[in-house]
Amino acid sequence: MPARAPGSALRDELARGLDAPICLTWELTYACNLACIHCLSSSGRRDPAELSTAEAMALVDELASMQVFYVNVGGGEPLLRPDFFELLEYAVSHQVGVKFSTNGTRLDRAKAARLAAMDYVDVQVSLDGATAEVNDAVRGQGSYRAARRAMEHLADAGFEGFKLSVVVTRHNVSQLDQLEALAGQYGAQLRLTRLRPSGRGAASWAELHPSRSQQHDLYRWLRDRPWVLTGDSFFHLSALGEPLEGLNLCGAGRVVCLVDPVGDVYACPFVIHEQFRAGNVRGPGGFTGVWRSSALFRSLREPTSGGACTSCGSYDACRGGCMAAKFFTGLPLDGPDPECVHGHGEAGLSDRDRPAPAADHSVRVPVRLSARA
Amino acid sequence: MPGQRVDPAAPEVDLGRPWRLHPQVALRDEPFGALAYHYGNRRLIFLRSPDLVRLVRSLERFDSADAALAAVSPPQRAAYRAALARLAASGMLDAG
Ligand code: SF4
Ligand code: SF4
Repeated sequence: MPARAPGSALRDELARGLDAPICLTWELTYACNLACIHCLSSSGRRDPAELSTAEAMALVDELASMQVFYVNVGGGEPLLRPDFFELLEYAVSHQVGVKFSTNGTRLDRAKAARLAAMDYVDVQVSLDGATAEVNDAVRGQGSYRAARRAMEHLADAGFEGFKLSVVVTRHNVSQLDQLEALAGQYGAQLRLTRLRPSGRGAASWAELHPSRSQQHDLYRWLRDRPWVLTGDSFFHLSALGEPLEGLNLCGAGRVVCLVDPVGDVYACPFVIHEQFRAGNVRGPGGFTGVWRSSALFRSLREPTSGGACTSCGSYDACRGGCMAAKFFTGLPLDGPDPECVHGHGEAGLSDRDRPAPAADHSVRVPVRLSARA
Repeated sequence: MPGQRVDPAAPEVDLGRPWRLHPQVALRDEPFGALAYHYGNRRLIFLRSPDLVRLVRSLERFDSADAALAAVSPPQRAAYRAALARLAASGMLDAG
């Protein structure tokens, strides 16, 4: 079946890595005007060493010549970069499409119209609850209203099929139907992604991640709705039965990578940590050199052992789950995911020896002496 | 990660007429075949054999997709025919 979705032979081939990534995330800045408690990049303050406009354009040139069809642009808040539209226009005019994630706070009427007029640009507005109460507890006061306003602007500007992007948590998993309806209200598409213990999420994960029974509900909900986008992020749930849409593979360093605001290349957006840094785009070989020959990426493309998962009947569907989730919860990388649907990961969870996320760009909030938390 | 599914059932598409790669689709050659990306509908599809990639690239030189399929060895033809039909149905091919 030559043009079908990937089966296991293709999956093995992808696991050995490709000459260019399929799914590249590029975080443009660590600056952010929100302080979500699960932020994967611990964003807040801009890093003075962030790539200049010229350096960012040089990276686009490289991606274009590698035929990277599109990049997932994030941050921080990408719209806080003064050269955002300049970079956006440069990328799309070089056949590098852009899917960018925004918290919506800076997406006013004029910007929405400008985005709607561009080809090859996709927008994802982040919202983590169908109600202000649920969303704002994670993303901060006022963020719900701001995201709703941004979606209104996009819809008014005639931007069809933008994405409403939700990180699934213990508190919003019961609102999935409402979220889907909300997306529909704006002609948007719902996109759900998995919460990982990365960045500030390392500290909030234990309280926010869906419970075991919620994961089962989520699996069924997704199974019934193959049109809901997931970025292939729930493949650990495929261990529950028929696999979900997508590659069902951890692509870190194989087909997935992150370029962070200062040009560091990591195996995946969820592993911003020294151990998973492969190099920097400012190095002599550029991004291409890092992608094709860094020692880290080469080793990630070696065949892996399933460790404690090898004896699991679901191994072919789930392959042990997400490397980032294991790493930041202190679990062995070749064993079960902390959210293993059979409960094999939970046993190993402990508060001790969890690696700390690398760079913390959080805005340091002065300690407030107040009776209310 | 992407990898959208093309409907596995071969849809009804008229391969007796000319077809070609949609102008908004780019192919990236890979050891397993190629990745095809449609900049318009944002679909990413895996073409899972170098022969299929050659066939797709050859379409524009023929008056019909069926004529292009004549170059495929008979035992494989049905599978490649179905693959073309799926590609056409997903917008990756354009009626020429
Ligand atoms: S580490 Fe997790 S998030 Fe990153 S590519 Fe692998 S499965 Fe996906
Ligand atoms: S034991 Fe491992 S392979 Fe089996 S379901 Fe759990 S994480 Fe997946």
